[in-house]
Amino acid sequence: MASVASKLYADDVSLVMVLLDTNPLFWSSSSLPFSNFLSHVLSFLNSILLLNQFNQVVVIASGYNSCDYIYDSSLATNQGSDSGKMPALCSNLLQKLEEFVIRDEQLRKEVSGDGLPSSMLSGSLSMALCYIQKVFRSGPLHPQPRILCLQGSPDGPEQYVAIMNAIFSAQRSMVPIDSCYIGSNNSAFLQQASYITGGVYLKPQQLEGLFQYLSTVFATDLQSRSFLQLPKSVGVDFRASCFCHKKTIDMGYVCSVCLSIFCKHHKKCSTCGSVFGQAQSDASTASNRKRKTSET
Amino acid sequence: MSSGQVIRRAKYKTSVKDAGTPGVLKMNENKLVFRPNDPTSKTKLDVEFRQIKGHKNTKEGSNKPPWLNLTHDQGGSYIFEFESFSDLHVCREFVGNALAKCGEAAKAAPVEKVSSASKAACEQSAVPFSDEQLSTTEMELRMKLLRENSELQKLHKQFVIGGVLTESEFWATRKKLLDGDNDRKLKQRVGFKNSMILDTKPTTDGRTNKVTFNLTPEIKYQIFVLKPAVHQAFLNMVPSKMTEKDFWTKYFRAEYLHSTRNAVAAAAEAAEDEELAIFLKDDDILAREARRKIRRVDPTLDMEADQGDDYTHLPDHGIFRDGSKDISESQQELYRRTLSQDLNRQGAVVLEGRSVDADLEDPRTVAEALVRSRPETDATQEKLNRILRMTEIEDLRASHGHPFAPLCIKDPRDYFEAQQANALKSLDDTRAGTEQMKCSLTTEEAFSSLRKTISKIKTVGLNNPIVRPEVALMVFNGLTQNISSNKYQLGKNPQESILDRLPNATREELLHHWMSIQELLRHFWSSYPITTTYLNTKVSRLKDAMSQIYRQLEEIKESMQSDIRHQVSLLVRPMHQALDAAFQHYDADLHKKSARTGETPNGYV
Repeated sequence: MASVASKLYADDVSLVMVLLDTNPLFWSSSSLPFSNFLSHVLSFLNSILLLNQFNQVVVIASGYNSCDYIYDSSLATNQGSDSGKMPALCSNLLQKLEEFVIRDEQLRKEVSGDGLPSSMLSGSLSMALCYIQKVFRSGPLHPQPRILCLQGSPDGPEQYVAIMNAIFSAQRSMVPIDSCYIGSNNSAFLQQASYITGGVYLKPQQLEGLFQYLSTVFATDLQSRSFLQLPKSVGVDFRASCFCHKKTIDMGYVCSVCLSIFCKHHKKCSTCGSVFGQAQSDASTASNRKRKTSET
Repeated sequence: MSSGQVIRRAKYKTSVKDAGTPGVLKMNENKLVFRPNDPTSKTKLDVEFRQIKGHKNTKEGSNKPPWLNLTHDQGGSYIFEFESFSDLHVCREFVGNALAKCGEAAKAAPVEKVSSASKAACEQSAVPFSDEQLSTTEMELRMKLLRENSELQKLHKQFVIGGVLTESEFWATRKKLLDGDNDRKLKQRVGFKNSMILDTKPTTDGRTNKVTFNLTPEIKYQIFVLKPAVHQAFLNMVPSKMTEKDFWTKYFRAEYLHSTRNAVAAAAEAAEDEELAIFLKDDDILAREARRKIRRVDPTLDMEADQGDDYTHLPDHGIFRDGSKDISESQQELYRRTLSQDLNRQGAVVLEGRSVDADLEDPRTVAEALVRSRPETDATQEKLNRILRMTEIEDLRASHGHPFAPLCIKDPRDYFEAQQANALKSLDDTRAGTEQMKCSLTTEEAFSSLRKTISKIKTVGLNNPIVRPEVALMVFNGLTQNISSNKYQLGKNPQESILDRLPNATREELLHHWMSIQELLRHFWSSYPITTTYLNTKVSRLKDAMSQIYRQLEEIKESMQSDIRHQVSLLVRPMHQALDAAFQHYDADLHKKSARTGETPNGYV
């Protein structure tokens, strides 16, 4: 029995948690149609399952208002709902996805401000980590888990704390977070996530070749990855969001007790309640301001 | 001192023995000219400093007249006797500066391979030199630093000799460097010998009753310091009453009597010879001092009782000295000196340190010098200060750190690597940032369109083929390029750095420009805010030099081959940015100033 299990879970068996960005507002503005994106991703998932018969894929949709598991290859039955048109995986996944989108729409919330809203990346990251913890606790032998974020929506600074916590817990449990960012600009969250956990951050230049990127960079298991030279990001945007207004800031105040970050000086830390000294900070801000004006 | 020229009356001597020809010595930066007062005399001199190899001079305080000795590079030397030491010092410093300058120029010349330039440089740099009074040692230190550090030398050549910075400005930013060298030098002075001079043992030859004391200048000096009474007696008696030999003979006779412990004989001899008595008596000066010390003791302390506690007078007590017990005998108290007194005196003198650096050969001068070094007024306080200073042991103490932090500028290589990554990143960002799109749909519309696409893919199925071959090829090419380019950018190994892919000459040039820019910027920013016209001219000088480098950088960039031009431009960009910032600040400052002095726009340049 033990030998079967060890054969089952050799070091090249992977558990891939795929976080799918289903933010409708992003997809309606994206240059890559969602249908094309899905067909790339579905083919990619299929190829992962084909790489090793013990490979496992779990897909989590991170929507606009909520997130949910939409596919788990270990639970999948082989009968598809449609006959022969596409693999059972796809039809099951698409079915669940459609249901998820309808549910997501019902949990309506106000569209805030201008620019693209973000998707629930923090929630789906937490769900992925929970699933991985469950797998870890199932026994000493389990597939090698990793998380792949397929993200297009811009970062939501309000999720900063939750995402950073998720990143650190992933780092603690040695789960790499790979990220493939298909939106414009770069995602600082995902850059940091991949940097901290030792994953790969990729921003494809040719979106119509997405499948090629995915299969080249993200398909290999963790064991083989050590032999490959995967793209490295040149720089990482390490900017943080302040805890008070959830803005991304270059410079700010840090609580000396709990390391919370604020964009303005506060009398009291909102996280841990430490009371900050007053006089000194006033003087320093005054001098800072003075210096800035003199420089211009 | 008039700038760039020194004229002093002096005697020119061809050798030390020569009586010398009186005349006028005139020196400028390039040469020295000697014109004798007697126009018929043939001893005229006209020597360029380039031919002078070194210079020596007599010390003030020695019995030699103020001489300056210039060594000729053909082996001969010129000796000038001045009227005073102050004249000598002025000339010596001038010669030192002039020699240093010529030496530098001569050194710089082979690098430049233009011999005529060195002469020009020598003349050109003469002006900033003349306003400085530098000691020879400092000059030598600077030259040594320049010799050891070729980069520094290059900078020095470029800016100081090129007239952009003055000598003092150049070194002002390198104070630490100069200090560091000073620290390395051993600053310890020769202290006072810690062996008891009073232990000077007579040697006997065994056959006769003759006793021989060995006396060296060092011992004489020690005796003078340890025993003020002997010192005083020497000053009073030696040339007038007796010869030096007699004096020392008497002194050691007294010492010998002491060592034989023959107190009765000592007393008898003292009664006979009053001069001898001086040596046998307690040292008056010391005793006076001791009384003064006792007066300073806390009055609540009972000194008398303390004296009673002293049990060295009891039998079987006492201190071993010279093989016998030093038991105090009360009856001959006058002629007894206790070991503890001697020890205390020795200790005090050692702590006081050596105060006379003069030649020890002549006891008379030593004695006089000691008098000079012992000022009568406030002597005790001074002594206390001295002891305080001396007890702080030089080589165990941290160096006197100056309260300034040196401007930390890292190895340019690190900076280039970091900058390049940033530059590439920003390039990426700007490329990607253009395709930012605005969301124009409402949430409902967006959700419905998303649902529509999902149902569409459900009915249509996956794309076939998923990826077109040519797109896949592009992806592969892009990834390969990305990975291979990252390899050298991220390589921490300096061998893989971008700088090393450049031709050697270009690399050197770039690094040199980087050094020069750092130097210039350091001076530039440190001269703000401009408060004096001196700073004003300095800044405009610096600005000109910087714009020159700016153009040179442009030229380098243009002269590169196409395949590395981009890399070079990436390297040059931070330099240009730094210079641009300086120019901008300069212009803004100029603008502000002209606005402030609106009525008189011609007041400032």
